[in-house]
This record gives sequence, C-alpha cells and structure tokens, in this order.
Amino acid sequence: MQLDAMYQEIILDHYRNPHHKGLREPHNAEAHHINPTCGDEVTLRVALTSAEGSLLDDRAVVSDVSYEGMGCSISQASTSVLTDLLIGRTVAEGMRTLEAFTELMHSKGKGEPDEEVLEDAVAFAGVSKYPARIKCALLGWMAWKDAVSQSLEKEGV
Amino acid sequence: MTTVREFGGAGSGPLDVAAIREDFPILSRTVRDGRPLVYLDSGATSQKPRQVLDAEREFYERHNAAVHRGAHQLAEEATDAYEAARETIARFIGGDVGEVVFTKNATEAINLVSYAMGNAATADEGLRRFQVGPGDEIVVTEMEHHANLVPWQELCRRTGATLRWFPVTAQGRLDLSDIDELVNERTKVVAFAHQSNVLGTVNPVADIVARAREVGALTVLDACQSVPHMPVDVVALGVDFLAFSGHKMLGPNGIGVLWGRRELLEAMPPFITGGSMIGVVHMEYSTWAEPPQRFEAGVPMAPQAVALAAACDYLSAVGMERIADHEHTLVEYALKELDAVEGLRIVGPTEAVDRGGAVSFEVEGIHPHDLGQVLDDRGVEVRVGHHCAWPLHRKLGVIASTRASFYLYNTTEDVDALVSAVKVAQEFFGTRG
Repeated sequence: MQLDAMYQEIILDHYRNPHHKGLREPHNAEAHHINPTCGDEVTLRVALTSAEGSLLDDRAVVSDVSYEGMGCSISQASTSVLTDLLIGRTVAEGMRTLEAFTELMHSKGKGEPDEEVLEDAVAFAGVSKYPARIKCALLGWMAWKDAVSQSLEKEGV
Repeated sequence: MTTVREFGGAGSGPLDVAAIREDFPILSRTVRDGRPLVYLDSGATSQKPRQVLDAEREFYERHNAAVHRGAHQLAEEATDAYEAARETIARFIGGDVGEVVFTKNATEAINLVSYAMGNAATADEGLRRFQVGPGDEIVVTEMEHHANLVPWQELCRRTGATLRWFPVTAQGRLDLSDIDELVNERTKVVAFAHQSNVLGTVNPVADIVARAREVGALTVLDACQSVPHMPVDVVALGVDFLAFSGHKMLGPNGIGVLWGRRELLEAMPPFITGGSMIGVVHMEYSTWAEPPQRFEAGVPMAPQAVALAAACDYLSAVGMERIADHEHTLVEYALKELDAVEGLRIVGPTEAVDRGGAVSFEVEGIHPHDLGQVLDDRGVEVRVGHHCAWPLHRKLGVIASTRASFYLYNTTEDVDALVSAVKVAQEFFGTRG
C-alpha cells in the first residue's frame, strides 16, 4: 500500500491536533486562499516584528502565524507544520523554507529534502507523487507568502 | 461501418455486462499497485468501446478531408459521413437532422445560446424574441453545473437582465412551490438540468416547461447526464434547446451537441462567426447560412461526429431502456449498501425514484480528497470535490463530496468494491473500528 508513504504519522498527528490554529491579533495582513477544485479554504494572518530601527523588510521576524481553515488532511496538516517552521524565523528565512517546500512538492516523489531546513515538512515528500494533491499541500504556504507580501507592501520600505 | 453484437436481443432482459465490458479495452487494465480498475467516474467522462475508436480511425484512414469544402472525392465522402452522423445523432434524440448543431462540448452549446441572445441584444427588431435587457429575468436552479450557471450569470452581467433560481430542498429535489412567481412574464429563459450531476435527481421537465410556455419563456435543458443514460426524446420533452456532450456517452472528446427547435435556430443570430457559416461575404458585410451551418464556423470535427454516431449506434443496439434499468438496479443497490455504512451520509435523494446513476456522499471525519486517495489506492476511481456545482454544495452545507457514477459497464461488484474501500478508509483514518 502506497498510502502509508503519503499519510505519514506526522501528517495525521498535525491533522488531528493542529498547532497554532485560530485567528489572533495583532496581525499585519491576512490572506484568504481557496482551492478551486474542491473548495478547501484557509484564512491566514501574519504578524511581523521589524528588525531594530528599520521598517518592515525581509529581516523582520515572523512573530505569529494564525489561521482558520477547512480542508483535507494534507492542506490542514501542511498549514499546521508551516506555523511550527516559520514562527520565530525572519521573513528571508521563511521565504527560503517556502522555496524548499515548493521544490519538494514539485519533485514527483524524487526529492531529497533537507531535514535541516524543512524539519517536519519532509513528511510531505510522498504527497509530491500525486499531482492532484500538490495544491492541497501548498494552500497554506501560498496564503502565507501572500500575507507577508501584503505586509511588506503596506508597511515596508 | 461498425459492428455491434447483439446483447441478448436489444430492448429486453438484463444486460450481458461481461460481453459489454469486453468492448472496452481500458476496463481490463490495472491501476496503482496492480489493482483491477473499478471505474465509477462516468459522470465526468465515460470510457469508449472499440467500435467508437474504430469508427474514428476508419474515418481518418479512409475518408479524411475537410467537410463542406472542396469537390474532390474525399471531400464528398467526408461530408457524407459527417452529415450521416448528424442524422444518426438526431434520430437518437428524436430530433430533426436540421436541428442538430455540433459544438466543442455541452458547455459551448449552452454558451452558443447565451451568446446568441447577447448578440441579439444589439441587433434589429426581427430578433426581439432573443433579446434580453434590464427588467428581463433568466431563471436557473441551485443544482446547476457551472456550465449551465456561469454563462447565464455572464449574459445577465452583459445585458442588465436579472438572474433568479429555483431553490433545492434538503432532500436534493427542486422546490417548485414558487414556480408561478419565479417564472413570470418577465422571464426570457429557463435553463435547468435534466439530471443533476451531483445528486442524481431527475427534474420534472414537464412541469417547468408547461410554466415557461405559459409566459413565453425559452427553455434550455442541460441533458449531459440524461442523454447518455436514459431514452431522451426532444419532442416529448417539449424544450426549446437541449445540450449534451459526446464524451459522456461513449463518444470522443471535442464534440458536443446543441439541439434547437428549427424555427428558433432559423431566427437566431450566430455565436462564433467565420468560414462555413456565411451566406455571402462582401468587404463591408456578410449574411449568414441557414442552420445548422450558421452555428458551425470553421472546419468542423467530422471524425468525432462519426465516432459519436457510432456511440449512438452502440447505445441503441444495447437499448437505452435497458441501460436505464441497469443503472437503476445499480443505484438502488448502491443506495442500500452505502446507507448501511456507519458514518456515511448520502447527499441527494436516498430513494431510487426519479433518480439516475450518480451517488454523492460524505463520510464523517474524512475529507473527500483523503477518501478519494484511499479509494484510488484500492483501484476505485471516483470523483471528489464539488463536481463543478459549488453553489449546490454551499446550499447543502457540504464543502465537497465524493461521487460514484455508473454506466452500462458497471456491476454490483463495483459497488461492493466501493463500499469495502470506504470501510478501509475509515479504518485507515481511525474514524471507525
């Protein structure tokens, strides 16, 4: 059965007990993303703290990521893992993690993820074998990218 | 051109499904880890029998030329084959050959009507019947596939007309209680599905057509889920337009049909313009050809028309009544077996009355995408998502659902495989012991 490779225990754990769920204040920006093939959705907020003496830029620290969503185990678990990975990192580090995760998702099951960068998110490697599910895994990540870009546009340099 | 074996005498007795399945090469393949394919997604697209594939191949190998152009022998043969296909398809739905327009698919067929009406809005008084504008109303239903909803939304947006709709009850039936108010003297079009692609509900066409006629509104029937699965007679239905797709009825992709009453097609302006659809062309202006050519600009999909006619022949040889009976047996069995699964809720009518062979359902605690993944792992191929009927799902309070849809090549064993795979998913995700 190939299912076990896809539904790693880490994924099911995050799905059943999501981390950092719920929308919180304060936040700099909010993004609402929908997967048009199934109607799954996520509303995600980011709060950024600028580096000392500076306006918001990619050195700002992601002080919080909060979200509400409805969707499949892959989309929900992936968003939960995202919050673990990105809260406390700088925007630049977060973008690099996003890039690594996106690359893994498009690896068609052949990716060799860097566990240093992706931590729990390496569990999603099996998802990349199923093209129809890549959008599920990226739903929260795309919302995060969007919310961060909005924050920088609004308040950045 | 094609040979269709006798299936125990057309029109009587149960289908010899084993013999039918032999005509569909794809049904004997395996998927994922060597699992036999259990194809339960014919509502999205059907599989094709050899006879259909052979007909298309034979056209290319023997008669290929651009139809309605040129005077050489191949052009003649190709044109004859194309027009003979039109006759077969017209006969299949009880229509006249001049009333069958070939389109890319059913979506384009519906757009053809909605855009023709939009084009009529800027034309002269002669086209008044098709004109819509502010104060006019277009009526659809809450259970429409996006293909029979978005084109009407867009027509309203372009012309200032108002879109209204029949609500759907919690049981998945159309609520016609306000029909006399909803369909009124301001109504120009009533567009609705013959059979819901999600719920399987077969709608009361006669009641809606009767009211539309009283107020002089045009009726457009989305027959994508009915023409492939039950006997359909356009005259008996009494609608003005009817649209369906080839690929859902054993035919090839890339071809659909708009059937329209002759006097309407004759009066209607074109949607897509260009070659083949003209009367005379000057530098300053052009006139239109008579229907159906008026609505078939460009070199048409002749090989696909020929193959779709072969599909009609195949279905006729089996017998549409028998196919409908067969699917009725399957859906009755599926409703009973699925309903017995703890934590499973059927979305749509739970009785096999006025109901076709599509069953959508939710399984408690398992998202349809996750359920579909486990089913797929077992070789059971179903549709998951909102099935291009997002407003319907919203109305029923469901984010997405899982749909199994049946056809002449499915068996009760396929239903058993589905039910057993659902139980495997429940175990896998730990929602049921």
